[in-house]
Order: sequence, then structure tokens, then C-alpha cells
Amino acid sequence: MTAPRPALETATMVRTGELRAVDVLEHHLAVIEAGEAAVHAFNLVTADRARAQARAVDATVAAGGDPGPLAGVPVALKDNLCTRGIPTTCSSRILAGWEPPYDATVVTRLAAAGAVAIGKTNMDEFAMGSSTETSAFGTTRNPHDLDRVPGGSSGGSAAAVAAGFAPLALGSDTGGSIRQPAALCGVVGMKPTYGTVSRYGLVAFASSLDQIGPFAGSVADAALLFDAIGGHDPLDSTSLNRPTPRVLSVLDDGVDGMTVGILTELLDGAAPDVAARVHQAAEALAAAGARVEEVSVPEVRLGLSAYYLIAPGEASSNLARYDGVRYGLRIDAEDTAAMNTATRSQGFGAEVKRRIMLGTYVLSAGYMDAYYHQALKVRTRIIEGFVRAYARCDVLLGPTAPTTAFAIGAKVDDPLTMYLSDVCTIPSNLAGHPAISVPFGPGEDGLPVGVQLLGPALSEGTLFQVAAVVEGAAPPLAAPRVPAGVLA
Amino acid sequence: MRADWQLVIGLEVHCELKTATKLFCGCPNMFGDEPNTNICPNCLGLPGSLPVLNQRAVELAMAIGTALHCDIRPSTFHRKNYFYPDQAKDYQISQYDEPLNADGYLDLPDGFRVGVERAHMEEDTGKTTHAGASGRIHGADYSLVDYNRSGVPLVEIVSAPDMRTPDQARAYVTELRSILIASGTSDGKMEEGSMRVDANVSVRRSVDDPFGTRCEIKNLNSVRSLGRAIEFEAERQIALIESGERVVQQTRHWDETAGRTQALRSKEDAYDYRYFLEPDLVPLVPDAEWIRAVADTLGMMPAERRARLVAILDDAGGATDAQLLQVATVVDLGLDDLVVGAVAAGVGSALALARTANEAATDAEAARTLDPTSYVALLTMEMQGGLSATQAKAVLAELFARGGGDPAAIARDKGFEAMSEDSLAETVAEAVGAHPDEWSRFCEGDDKLAGFFTGLVMKATRGQANGKAVAAELRRLRG
Repeated sequence: MTAPRPALETATMVRTGELRAVDVLEHHLAVIEAGEAAVHAFNLVTADRARAQARAVDATVAAGGDPGPLAGVPVALKDNLCTRGIPTTCSSRILAGWEPPYDATVVTRLAAAGAVAIGKTNMDEFAMGSSTETSAFGTTRNPHDLDRVPGGSSGGSAAAVAAGFAPLALGSDTGGSIRQPAALCGVVGMKPTYGTVSRYGLVAFASSLDQIGPFAGSVADAALLFDAIGGHDPLDSTSLNRPTPRVLSVLDDGVDGMTVGILTELLDGAAPDVAARVHQAAEALAAAGARVEEVSVPEVRLGLSAYYLIAPGEASSNLARYDGVRYGLRIDAEDTAAMNTATRSQGFGAEVKRRIMLGTYVLSAGYMDAYYHQALKVRTRIIEGFVRAYARCDVLLGPTAPTTAFAIGAKVDDPLTMYLSDVCTIPSNLAGHPAISVPFGPGEDGLPVGVQLLGPALSEGTLFQVAAVVEGAAPPLAAPRVPAGVLA
Repeated sequence: MRADWQLVIGLEVHCELKTATKLFCGCPNMFGDEPNTNICPNCLGLPGSLPVLNQRAVELAMAIGTALHCDIRPSTFHRKNYFYPDQAKDYQISQYDEPLNADGYLDLPDGFRVGVERAHMEEDTGKTTHAGASGRIHGADYSLVDYNRSGVPLVEIVSAPDMRTPDQARAYVTELRSILIASGTSDGKMEEGSMRVDANVSVRRSVDDPFGTRCEIKNLNSVRSLGRAIEFEAERQIALIESGERVVQQTRHWDETAGRTQALRSKEDAYDYRYFLEPDLVPLVPDAEWIRAVADTLGMMPAERRARLVAILDDAGGATDAQLLQVATVVDLGLDDLVVGAVAAGVGSALALARTANEAATDAEAARTLDPTSYVALLTMEMQGGLSATQAKAVLAELFARGGGDPAAIARDKGFEAMSEDSLAETVAEAVGAHPDEWSRFCEGDDKLAGFFTGLVMKATRGQANGKAVAAELRRLRG
């Protein structure tokens, strides 16, 4: 198998007519054909529609037009992004068969940029999970080790990029659902500032935390995708009506004179090999001219607890609409209330039910002040803590996940242990801040380690700039054994 | 109501705002269309849909707040969570602890002031029809849901528990409806459900006692039902207390046919709505300039409109009690501009008021949309004797039926040809000549005989003559 061509290069060659979009697509469909049975990154591969999109891109080029910055680049979409006339399941039985009558804003923007939507990727059910094991349609496997999880909830998107099924993918990140699987699969994953990417057409998990972001094989390709999807959208009231940072143009600006803070709290629970990689990345940044120091934001220790009150609270409300009345699964029963109960009992998996019950409880009269409102105060404290840190530092550095990819089945029956795999990523969601995970060599087990860069709101430019330096210093990582290994 | 008991009433009024589109999407806000035609992903609560606040709805809500002398404040939206098939998202977006309008009041026409605690924005639900004997969700064979109403903008106006009689409650709703119509914010139709009233009722023995346990009465579809329901509920609560029992806080349904309230659910069964801040919307913070701009567009309110008509009548010698009632009627129905316009064009104030309060009021909606120049032309013809009162009413009815037109043309179509002065004088002279005895008695001061001669003239002209013109001619002949 030849090394995957960067998306940036593909788009450039398609735009100039050196490469045909249909050939790019057929190459990736062949890779999927070879490896998908082993990895199960997709809920649905939309080959025919993708071929039509690719032909249209080639036709535009042939006619002397410019299809856009993502010309002919296949992009995999997490299956919680609405796609008009294409099933959108959130990997849940309750949405089985549902076809949205509209496209998410990001899907529209990708098409406008010339990208080719190649399929819908597997995920934890309604994005609730850290391993893709809560999917109703089977677990996605980590391309670096098929017995390991790819992380989650956007595990399908991360695995698709790692396996070479698509050069780019979109995911959503509510508590780390882009960054953690990116780290575990050895790809770049980024959660933008809350409000920079429209949530219109993203099936909601926890609305105040959800944000769509890019997966890519490199920092530059992630920048290319971020630039294409960001920007104000009048269809999302929480979309920021101000210029979104452009990141592709600043990648080579370096870190000279910047201050990078090692966020000590994130290292607390990290495995020694992961912590060692973080320190190694810090040394690389220092060597590139940054000032590196240790920074403590004690409030982030409260993040996990606050998150598991706020996110389920919002989810319990967001998921109420799956009642069997209007769309998706309906299990008939003798009256409406019984039909609602039967539909939800059979349609949702255990983790989703657990979070709906947890969320309903924390919002209930008599408990709301003790739990939900207390969590909101913690959220404010975390923001204040970060503000303090960013008064001294341009960016913060830490691990993305405490460990490398764990074995399939290892944590699925122990929710608290599973929840801990997001401990490093959750604080950025609570603060609404951007963060990026960059692969930084293997851990002791040979599996990918991700280091995470965190920044204040709208600091995407700085984050990408620093990420490019980290990427340049990263120790080599063995290529995934899929699909070649499976074929052999 | 018994003298040894005091009644305490607070009212919650929901009104639909007259916007072109819904509160959180661009779908038409239309009543009576084919079911499920004015809907989009938002109205159906489809996954991934998001609300976007309608600026016009906010302006109309602020106009209501201004008219009710409220403090207009920075506000937020919450989610009110409960499962019901006509509620597409299984939560309602509503303002909760930070309403747009708070701390206002409404003065009843008699000067009694009722506090307005808040007037907040929220979205309406869809509408469910339950097929089956009961007509309710329990025991229905199947249910049909129409989401056309899902997301229609509502303002809920919550009064303080300041009213003490059913009459005050009726007057409050009547005056509030007039304010909504006058401000152009809502059409105030209780029958169509664009204005819905719930009454909180409790009783106590003395004004010094704390408020008693209240019951909330729903399904009040007219001002008349409101009064009847409050009277029934007060008697029910008094009877309970006097027989040693206690009033249980509950929601009760008014049964118009049976004339009684029935328990729907008690406080113990009340939903826990799990209100929390709506994360899909940002705070609504109207600045002073926007608030002022909305206030500037607000027209005259009913109290001012009544005063304007009374002033016109005072110029013409003062208003009778009957005319004061007519003034209230035309203002409540939003027809007072027709009266003012007619008087300004030279029509007598008594005639303009009477025709508007008695005839135009029978089809207020048609009257509100009638071209005022047609109306003035009609009243002018009647005043000048070109049409009799009966003819004028017939022409007005036809104007309404046609949605406008030229009254002179309609009169011609109907064969209402006005008699010329000469031919009228001739006919009167003939009648006088044929009855010399009666004529001499009339000349001696027996005014009752004016009616006798008018009758003769009417008979001779088959009703074409104008009564006033005949009377004037008789007086002229008598000298």
C-alpha cells in the first residue's frame, strides 16, 4: 500500500486537473473494501452518491471552474450529522430507518468546498461513550490493533482516517469525543471554540458542550478542514457572529517567544509512558524557542464530576423527542404513554438509558440545586481557572487521554472507569475552549499516544501553529496494520 | 357571592401573537390551514433542528409589556420538560424565572387597578384530536396530531391575585383583549383559542386572612364561561370549607354544558417540569433604544380611545348612559377609529356611534377591514336623507358581505332611490290634504300625529321616503 496522499495535496492536484476526483474516490473505496470488514468504521458507505459528487467535481474542473479548497477529497461523516435522504442513526436502534429531510450546515459547507462525502461513521450511541462499544451496530476496532477500541465516541471517524478509508473525517466533541479517539488511533483531532462551527443538523447530545470538529492525518489537513467548516451560521443561535480564525495560513509561524504551560492536573492520572511523551513534546517546544513552565489549574479536577451532571441533564431533555410519535422506531402498545415507554425501552441501549436517568434525576425538583446548579458553578470556576492560566501562557499542554487504546470489553461494564478516559478532555468542553490532539509517537505497547494543546476561546490559530511544531518533532509511529495486514 | 366570604382571583392569559411566522422558525403562523402543512424540521422537533428567535415576536411581546406598564428586562429562555404527543420536542421553550416583561398593571375602566406580575414569551404546542368515545387521550382509539400550531408565538400574561369579584375578572379579560387588539399584537379570539384564560380561584372569610388554597380552572372559552366558572368554583370551595372539609390544590376543568368544574389533577400529580436554561438560545437583552422604538409604534390604548370618543360626544352636548355603553363596545372591538373618522368627515357623532356599536359591531372583523371611506360615504348618505335607517343598515350588511364597495352603487342595486325634495314635498302635501282634521289637530300641537302622517307617506312611497326628511317637511308646513 502506498502512503496516503495528504488531503491538501489531493485537493491541489484535483483543482489543477492533475488528478481526477473519481480516481481519488475509487482508491479509497478499494481501501474500504479491503479493510472495512475488520475495522467496521462505517455504518453506511455512500459509494454511489460519492461517485456522483466526484464526477461533478471533475466536471467543474473540466469546465474551467474551481470546485473549492477540498476539491475531490473524500470526507467521512460521523453518523450524528444530518444528511438529506441518507440514514442518520447516531448508532441507535431508535433512529433506525430515519432519513433527515435536510443537511447539517457542515455537510452543506463541505459540498460547497468540493469535498466528497464517502459515508457515515460508527459512534457510541448518541455520542455517549469513549470506546464506540455502545453503538447498537457493533464495535469499531482500532486499526493499530484490532483487539483494541478506537476510542469514542467518534471512534468510526478516527478509525476511518487511521485506516486510510478517508483522508478527512468529521466528528463531534462533547467531552473529548474527537480528541480521545484521535489520540487512540494516532491521528489529529480538534475541538473548536464553542460557537465557531454551526451545530445546525448535529443531533444533539449536550447542546452547551457539543461542537463539530475535524479529524485528519496531519495538522495541515486538519487546518484545511477546519477552515472549510467554520464561520457564522444564522441557523444556530449559539454560532458566534464574528470572524473565525483562519488556521491554514499560520502553520509555519513557529513558537518562538510563546509560553507553553504544562497543565499538571492533566498528568495526575496519566500512565508513565503517556506522561513521558508529554514531557518530550514540551522539550521539543522549548527547543523550538518556546518558554515552557508548569501550570496548575486545580479547578479542572472538578471537571469530570461537573460534566457528568451537566451533560446527562441536557441529554435527558434532548433525547426526550425520541418517543415513537413522529419518526424512527415505534413499538406499538395500548396507549400513547405505553407506546412511548416501549419504544424508548427497546430503542435505547444501556448507556443512553443510564445517562437519561442520571440527567432526569439531577434536574428533578429537590435535587437540581444540589447537583445541576452546583455543577454550573463549577463550570464557571473552571473558566476562571483557565483565564488565570492564559494570563501567563499562550497554550497549555497535557495528555489527550490517560492511556493508549485499551482492550475491547475491558471497561464497558465499568462506567466510572470508562468515564475517566475523558478526564483530560472534558475541561475544554466545560470552558467552551478549543483544543487539539496531535499524535506523538508510540507508548510502551507500541500504540499511539496523543498530546493535547489547549487554548483560550478563538485561539485556533495559535493552537494549530503550536500543533505543527509538535507534529514536526513527533517520534515515528508504525503505520496501522489494516488493511494490508488483513489482506495478507 | 355570600357577604361573609371573600373571593380571590388571579388570571393567566395566553395570547397568540399576530406574527407572519412562528417563534423559532420561518413557517407561516396561520390558523385553519390543512393539518401539517405549515411545518419544518423545527416544528416537528427533528433531530439536529435548532431554534432561532423571531425578532418580530419579541417586538410584539415588548409592545404588550409596554401597554401593561411592565418593566422590560433582560430575559432568558428555559426548557419545560414533559412528554405529550403534540409537543414535538417533548419540551416547551418558555421564559421562566427571567421573563421579558414584569411588574406591570392594568386599570379596569372603573379605575380598579390589577397588578400584572409578568408577561413572558413561549411557544405553542401542536393540536391533538383523539378519536373515540371519550374525546380524551385516555381510551382513545387513535389520535391525530396537527403540528401547524407547534411553535406559534405566545405571550402568557399573569395577573396578581388582585381581583375580588367575577365582574372584575370579566372586566379584566375584556380590557386586556381590547389592549391586545388596540396594540395590534393579538386578535384576542377566545373561541378560536388565540386567547386562552385560566383562572386561579380561592376563598377566605376576611380580607385579613391569608389567601386560601387555590384551584386553577381551565377550558374557559368565553368571558361568560369565565364568570360562571368562577361563581361555581367559589360556591364549591365555600361549601367544602363550611362542611368541615379542605380545599385541595388542583387543576379543574370547566364543563360548560354541565355548568361545573371537575378535577383534572391535584398538586401531588403535578408534573416536575425540570426547568433548565435552554442551551440552544442566548439571553434576550433588549437595549433602551429598541424598547423605546417599540413603545413609539404603540398606538392609543383603550382607555385613551374611550376618552377620545367621550370628548367627541361632550362637544355634541354630552354622552348618555346608553352612549357610554356604545363607546365601550366600539373600543373593545377596535372599531372606534371608524367613529372618529366619520365624525371628522362631518357625520353626526350620535349616528356614527350608533351605527358602529349596533350594526358594524355585529361583524367586527369585517368592519375592521372595511375601507373607512366607504363607511363614511354610507353614513353621510343616511345623514343627508339619501337613505333611511333601514336602508342604510341593509347597505352596510351588503358592504360587509362584499368586503367593501361603493355604498351609492349598492343602494342603487337594491332600488333604494332617494326621493327628490320636490317629490317628497308633493307626497306630504297630498297626505295632509287628504286628512284635514288630523292636520288641524297636528297644527294645534298634537305631535303624535307626526307619526300618522309619516306612516301615510311611507305607505305611499313603499318605504322609500326618509323618516327624518318627512318630519322636517311636516314641521315646515306647520310653520
